[in-house]
Amino acid sequence: MKIHEHQAKTILREHGVPVPAGSSAASAAQARQAAETLGGERWVVKAQIHAGGRGKGGGIRRAASLAEVEQYAGQLLGSRLVTPQTGPQGQEVRQVLVEEGCDIAQELYCSLFIDRAAGQPALMLSPAGGMDIETVAADHPEKIFRTHVDVLLGLADFQVRGLVANLPVNAAVQRALAPLLQQLYGVFRAKDCSLLEVNPLILTPDDRPVVLDAKMQFDDNALFRHADVAALRDPAEEDPLEVEAAAYDLTYIKLSGNVGCIVNGAGLAMATMDVIKLGGGSPANFLDVGGAANADRVENAFRILMADPHVRAVLINVFGGILRCDVFAEGVLHAVSKVAVEVPVIVRIAGTNAEEGRRLFAESGLNFLVADDMADAAAKVSQVIHSPLPSPSLKGRGFMAQDEA
Amino acid sequence: MSILVDENTRLLVQGMGREGRFHAEQAVDYGTRYVGGVNPGRGGGAALGRPLFNTVAGAVADTGADTSIIFVPAPFAADAICEAIDAGIGLVVCITDGIPVLDMVTVRRYMAGKDATLIGPNCPGVISPGKAKVGIMPGHIHQPGRVGVISRSGTLTYEAVAQLTARGIGQSTCVGIGGDPIGGLNFVQCLSLFEADADTDVIVLIGEIGGSAEEEAAAYIAEHVSRPVVGFIAGQSAPTGRRMGHAGAIIDGARGTAASKIAAMEENGLTVVRSPAGIGAAVADVLDGNT
Repeated sequence: MKIHEHQAKTILREHGVPVPAGSSAASAAQARQAAETLGGERWVVKAQIHAGGRGKGGGIRRAASLAEVEQYAGQLLGSRLVTPQTGPQGQEVRQVLVEEGCDIAQELYCSLFIDRAAGQPALMLSPAGGMDIETVAADHPEKIFRTHVDVLLGLADFQVRGLVANLPVNAAVQRALAPLLQQLYGVFRAKDCSLLEVNPLILTPDDRPVVLDAKMQFDDNALFRHADVAALRDPAEEDPLEVEAAAYDLTYIKLSGNVGCIVNGAGLAMATMDVIKLGGGSPANFLDVGGAANADRVENAFRILMADPHVRAVLINVFGGILRCDVFAEGVLHAVSKVAVEVPVIVRIAGTNAEEGRRLFAESGLNFLVADDMADAAAKVSQVIHSPLPSPSLKGRGFMAQDEA
Repeated sequence: MSILVDENTRLLVQGMGREGRFHAEQAVDYGTRYVGGVNPGRGGGAALGRPLFNTVAGAVADTGADTSIIFVPAPFAADAICEAIDAGIGLVVCITDGIPVLDMVTVRRYMAGKDATLIGPNCPGVISPGKAKVGIMPGHIHQPGRVGVISRSGTLTYEAVAQLTARGIGQSTCVGIGGDPIGGLNFVQCLSLFEADADTDVIVLIGEIGGSAEEEAAAYIAEHVSRPVVGFIAGQSAPTGRRMGHAGAIIDGARGTAASKIAAMEENGLTVVRSPAGIGAAVADVLDGNT
């Protein structure tokens, strides 16, 4: 789960990490008031969206007067900010962060993340702050320093001493940076972060390190023990269909294609997307109904797929293990009796009681296109998508008449 | 022969709730030697005709259990894994999905230097067809034979196994190592077990996007594995930056893409299948010496 910069900074401030004074605002007037409360003569107005690259998109403005703060906030709020990470449609700005201006002597980079290969958290530090770290890693790998953290030991003094000694900074700065890095690791560990990135971590002219920008992401699996973090979720930053799916316990990710899919299991769901693509189609989504795949979940899955106007066909691919295919088929028939499904539906079921399940689909009076195996399913999807003639949708008028009779 | 589990496995079930009981029953029906269950606070009772214990240590002392399968809910699962290892269980299979990553980092650290193997978490488990089933996979789709299967997925593994069985190709052992970013047994370790198994002739490796385990496996195969390996990568059509269900299945920048994994597999001499529908056919071709 992602949060906004201002939320991340609030968490860091609570843990004693030096961040600039500031507060968030949802209107130009609020922004002006925030700047007035902060005092001083210079402020920074920063668009709050979950995507990165905001500076490049014009989402970070320096203001030299309260009038400018109000003006910039007014321009940013309600606009769609396009950054290298948002895609061309951009992301609507609903809040800005108004901060005191800082004098910058030097910009560093710092991040904490989980290194999968090592199976440990890693701390990465670089003197090349304020830049795209992937570019630094590619062009100047010698400017990146890292250490792994033993979770039983914590980030030890000797590790941070050794790490900051690589930076082109004086001894006083090194002494100030060491506890800051340990505080950051403390937050990472305490809040179950998956990423904590500070870029830039600045040094002021009087040698104080300050966290000028902060990006925090959290392990979804650990949110059960962090109600305070879970409460920071901003559904406005997420796809509305994905938010709805999560409420139904479905794992749904919206994609840009036109073939909706309903699958049990994440690996099989990815493989189903692949087979659609190999057949010349394009998946409209990833959707894992889970191992149970009961009638309620299937019904909600159909509801979500039908809310996507790009979906021209639906492929159901279920491997019945513990789940019996006949029970699943009954669930699907019940679901489609409650949801308007006006596109062709291809069904492929395999495993336990698959024959019985296929018979239920065939005898349902609905136009299910029942496939024998995954290859056949892909072929049927391709046929439906590429056919110049309209394909039979799941339900026609005949179905309604039958249903009422 | 087979790897990890066989007719001598003495299985303990940790977390004898509704799910644990159901799958324990399935395992018993399959012929697995189930020796007891652990449910803190319910010790002294019985489940499926075998005793229930409060602690794994107590269960090991009484039953000689050497393998455990864990159905404990996510908030408590890491503790259950450590308890099993502390009690001297040699093979721990954790089915539980949704364990916090940092919990698993701690488990891995705790396991360092200890003589125990962890499968999972978030996995279907292990089956040696005809011998023992220590997992939630449907037993009836398997058939004893000489193909080893390793996978990060659940239902996709069943799909691959069903394709093999449909062609009369049996399996020595099928191992689901799980879809989480930090887990126990990895591809390389599992490959080395199959390589040492005299009764495995061909290995099927089913990977997915995210991380670099498949690339490492491919490099290992080139150096250390004499058996032919058939590979498939799920998520060829996945976008970057999105987590595809499994916590581990995320393409992060240029790393972890299906293209990079497929290229690594091909460079290292694996037979790579592009379509998930073609896994069984590819293994049949390898067995027939057509590739």
